[in-house]
Amino acid sequence: MTPLLQVKGLTKRYGARIGCQDVSFDLYPGEVMGIVGESGSGKSTLLNCLAGHLEADSGAVVFDTRADGPRDVRAMSEPERRMLARTDWAFVHQNPRDGLRMGVSAGGNVGERLMAVGARHYGNIRGQALDWLDRVEIAGDRIDDRPTAFSGGMQQRLQIARNLVTGPRLVFMDEPTGGLDVSVQARLLDLLRGLVREMGLSAVIVTHDLAVVRLLAHRLMVMKSGHVVEAGLTDQVLDDPQHGYTQLLVSSVLQA
Amino acid sequence: MSDYNFAYLDEQTKRMIRRAILKALAVPGYQVPFASREMPMPYGWGTGGVQVSAACLVPEDRLKVIDQGADDTTNAVSIRRFFERTAGVATTGRTRDATLIQTRHRIPEEPLTRDQILVYQVPIPEPLRFLEPRETETRKMHSLEEYGLVHVKLYEDIARHGQIATSYAYPVKVEGRYVMDPSPIPKFDNPKLESAAVQLFGAGREQRIYALPPHCKVVSLDFEDHPFEASKADHACDLCGSATSYLDEVIVDDAGGRMFVCSDTDYCETRRDAGHLGRLSASGPVTTGQEDAA
Amino acid sequence: MGGVAMIEISGLCKNFVLHNQGGAVIPVMRDAVLSVAPGECVALVGASGAGKSTLMRMIYGNYLAESGVIRVGDLDVAQAAPREVIALRRETLGYVSQFLRVVPRVPTLDVVAEPLLSLGVARPDALDRARDLLGRLNIPERLWTLSPTTFSGGEQQRVNIARGFAHAYPALLLDEPTASLDAANREVVLTLIEEAKARGAAILGIFHDEAARDRVCDRVVDVTRFTPGLAA
Repeated sequence: MTPLLQVKGLTKRYGARIGCQDVSFDLYPGEVMGIVGESGSGKSTLLNCLAGHLEADSGAVVFDTRADGPRDVRAMSEPERRMLARTDWAFVHQNPRDGLRMGVSAGGNVGERLMAVGARHYGNIRGQALDWLDRVEIAGDRIDDRPTAFSGGMQQRLQIARNLVTGPRLVFMDEPTGGLDVSVQARLLDLLRGLVREMGLSAVIVTHDLAVVRLLAHRLMVMKSGHVVEAGLTDQVLDDPQHGYTQLLVSSVLQA
Repeated sequence: MSDYNFAYLDEQTKRMIRRAILKALAVPGYQVPFASREMPMPYGWGTGGVQVSAACLVPEDRLKVIDQGADDTTNAVSIRRFFERTAGVATTGRTRDATLIQTRHRIPEEPLTRDQILVYQVPIPEPLRFLEPRETETRKMHSLEEYGLVHVKLYEDIARHGQIATSYAYPVKVEGRYVMDPSPIPKFDNPKLESAAVQLFGAGREQRIYALPPHCKVVSLDFEDHPFEASKADHACDLCGSATSYLDEVIVDDAGGRMFVCSDTDYCETRRDAGHLGRLSASGPVTTGQEDAA
Repeated sequence: MGGVAMIEISGLCKNFVLHNQGGAVIPVMRDAVLSVAPGECVALVGASGAGKSTLMRMIYGNYLAESGVIRVGDLDVAQAAPREVIALRRETLGYVSQFLRVVPRVPTLDVVAEPLLSLGVARPDALDRARDLLGRLNIPERLWTLSPTTFSGGEQQRVNIARGFAHAYPALLLDEPTASLDAANREVVLTLIEEAKARGAAILGIFHDEAARDRVCDRVVDVTRFTPGLAA
């Protein structure tokens, strides 16, 4: 089977400082990869390089496109990359305000990607927006409200709906539950798991929260100072950590 | 003759503006940046249109200037006098006699011909400006033809008002490629954007020129289930009786009495001269106080 | 029943290296050997701490092996790529651990139906199977829409078991399946195990309950043999 995403030797430096160094992994359809590490580990740098928000210094990010098969995203033209970002890829920001248009209604937010790829029937667009609001458990009568009227958890769910409406195959998430109340987090995780399974999504999730990773990710990479120190099945890395840093990380988690 | 160079601007400036105009005509709907000059009227008073007209005028031209369809408002009079003084060109109020027409916010009712140039005064040239404030982003969106956001605006209108509420400066797609703001003309005028004349758009403060060459394809944006309608007030002109022209609503007394008159003063007068009557024609001579500068 | 073993282990070794305790190396398994044939139920026995759960976790891929072979079906778990293990756990190898780990807020019915849903079984069918199992394990219907995180230990254990038996895995690992169960439910669980054996599943189990072990298991393997420092 062809991997959906092949990352080879991805490196990004900030002057003399290492952002991320020589990161390589394969991701297959339907797999969720977690990336954990503490502040400064390079996990957000890695995610942003993968998603094309940051320009990496070297390495390849090969995505299995629908039309042309595996292609190095770094070698694509900007129009191609932006098209990819609107259709096959999605990016869920930690702060939903970064991923939403706050001045546009919920329905408009969800419908934007559809309109961006040519949808021209108002009734259909609105119907799909309603359908997605339902799937992320936002009441349909809120469709014309602006995100400024939503709670943080609702904004985050709206961001997810906005991203998934075009049926992307790969979702990048940056601390998707950061900043949310614990009970709201639970609801969101539940939703994400369901969507990943139903839509056959692959995802790369960056988080510092080991509990989130255990529930959501099949595979895990542990980063420290820009390097991947350990990688494997999530439950294996967390239950039988091999690297000293991973052992420290796992043993440091407070038990509720 | 005046102490000014012909049409006020120096020759190098006119050359620069003409180059921008040629570029704009070659890529219909694309906003060409140009080095807007300081003009003897402030920004917001038509400096873009004046610079474009100045670059296009030749001594043989016959100039008409209208403001919201009227030849006799302060601004129209002032700009017309400006060119009389700096270019010495003949001026007229009759649309069919003019070779160059500068307009603020309306297209003349009478169809234009291949021998005419229409110059529009444009306040904000960027159709996406109110949805996306960043110029860096809007430039990218135009160059990559990423126009989903324009339809989001129309979607929001329908969601809020039940219909597309944009009634002027209604966005259009030009030659199937660029989305353009046709300046704050009423949407009723949008169909006239497909014309035999050369249409030039000048924004002085924003420093952009764009253009529509003759017979260019211009489509007003809409949804399949909410198609574009070129609508106007559901009345006839009270002076000339025209049911097909764009009307101004005029309050005539303290009791809220109103009359509807053609916004295009030349069109109305031409019809009245030809004998057409409106609802208020029978109640005595009605003048609009129009000067006819031949 | 019998034939080619479904689960086959040879030369299996494991150490724990505690980097944050001065790099202490703790050997916990050496040269383990084991095989389970389809339709067979094998019990792991040995003193507490001898490595029964460790061995089970290694077969599941939850613990890494130092060296050796862990063959389940066609796959050597010790050498397999993560996605191969994920596929194995989804289709072939089931595991009922002592702990119920679930996403909070998910209703019991969905927890039990999960293994079938991830195999692409239609939702109504998956839920029917879940209801069937929960009914047999005497979980009251009024609890089916609640999250099992609020249940008693015994109830959680039964939900765990229901989830483990939802899909007809060809191989099953059961860690103390009858712990904290009363006689009636113990009976249900043992019946489930017997049914699984009858359809050809290879089962490896840890049973503290000797009577239960004697009833369902065909063989016993003492892991003490594989524990460095404990071997007789």
